[in-house]
Amino acid sequence: MKFPAFDYAAPDSLDEAVALLAAHGEDAMVLAGGQSLMPILAFRMAAPSLLVDLKKVPALDRIDIGAEGVTLGARSRWCDIERHAGLAAAHPLLAEATRHIAHYQIRNRGTVGGSLALADPAAELPGVAVACDALLTLAGPGGERHVAAAEFFLGPMTTAIAPDEILTAVHFPAWPENRRWAFQEFARRKGDFALAGVALHYDLDAQGRARDMRIGVIGASDRPHRLHAAEATMNGSAVDAATIAAAAAAASTEVSPMEDHHAPADYRRALVATLVERALQEAAS
Amino acid sequence: MKAAFEVNGESVEVDVEPRLSLADCLRDVLGLTGTHLGCEHGVCGACTVIVDGQAVRSCLTLAVQADGERITTVEGLSPEAGLSPLQAAFRKHHALQCGFCTPGMVTTAHALLSEEPDADADRVREVLSGNICRCTGYVPIVEAVLEARAAYRKMEGES
Repeated sequence: MKFPAFDYAAPDSLDEAVALLAAHGEDAMVLAGGQSLMPILAFRMAAPSLLVDLKKVPALDRIDIGAEGVTLGARSRWCDIERHAGLAAAHPLLAEATRHIAHYQIRNRGTVGGSLALADPAAELPGVAVACDALLTLAGPGGERHVAAAEFFLGPMTTAIAPDEILTAVHFPAWPENRRWAFQEFARRKGDFALAGVALHYDLDAQGRARDMRIGVIGASDRPHRLHAAEATMNGSAVDAATIAAAAAAASTEVSPMEDHHAPADYRRALVATLVERALQEAAS
Repeated sequence: MKAAFEVNGESVEVDVEPRLSLADCLRDVLGLTGTHLGCEHGVCGACTVIVDGQAVRSCLTLAVQADGERITTVEGLSPEAGLSPLQAAFRKHHALQCGFCTPGMVTTAHALLSEEPDADADRVREVLSGNICRCTGYVPIVEAVLEARAAYRKMEGES
């Protein structure tokens, strides 16, 4: 399990990093924490000729909290989020979901940008990103562009990032006070990838009815996505046993789980319904 | 490619292939074979070392990425004579059998207790869940780490 041979560069600026990618095309790969990339290289699932390490690129590890929301630099690590004093109040769903990500040593190096750019269908952060309409910033030779999370994840391990682009940040819109939310996942061991998971939030109107219901699901399709049918059953309705049951039933019909040695597809479909039910109950309580 | 870093308090400079992992660099270039390699893809935790105070998997870190960092391996956690409080607790509780996972357990526990000397049993179990042991069933390891907390609290009080 030795890595394939590659060259290594640790440029001092984003412009230099982008220029290296532009010069090497698909032969180059971006390295941040390496907690997903290095296993991929160990298994020889990729063999880039150049790794561009972002460790010296300034400001990519910033976490900014403001009136417009929360912006995480691509090199922010799970342990940085965990230790950040203001983040749990500024975005409780993001903070809670992060607690489920990876094991101790991985959390000390694994990054936000790495998780989003890898696009594992079972990863937590991509699910939160689609549930929260997050906006991703990509830097390329022509400057920056922004891509909505819903358009970013194209399939398993496939994203909208071009070979000469670098994901630099992800922005989560401001979190209204009194917003209802929950994060639920099932993994056989804490820190492992989940068999399935659900991130949801909604607001209550003056009559106590759910508005703007957003339910993101992970581990249940080829990419993280929203459960639009389940959301539709809840919008404009009270969150009670009957509507929760209807939403859970709808949820299980709009996922297309993969079958692997961890769980059959039917199990994952049933699991999504159970997790939607638990998450709605938790958010309502 | 050259990389300069500190290992267990000593400055070292190595000239290695970029693809060499920090784990292989420690073992094969620097002769520090206390760091063990089990899975070599970030699952088993045997290769855990401490980089700038934080436990990391040295099989998922390149030696060239360690340039400028301060690294502590299991060798760096052993006093000149006798046992450290953490090592003594491992011995007392019989927290190892074959010993293969032990370097990773000790480095992980040291990093945890240095930051969180009051970690409770749930936290210790959560943190050690990233390290695989096939002999002990983990119970004696958790007991050893919990016992060692007192020594880390004392060190924290003195510093």
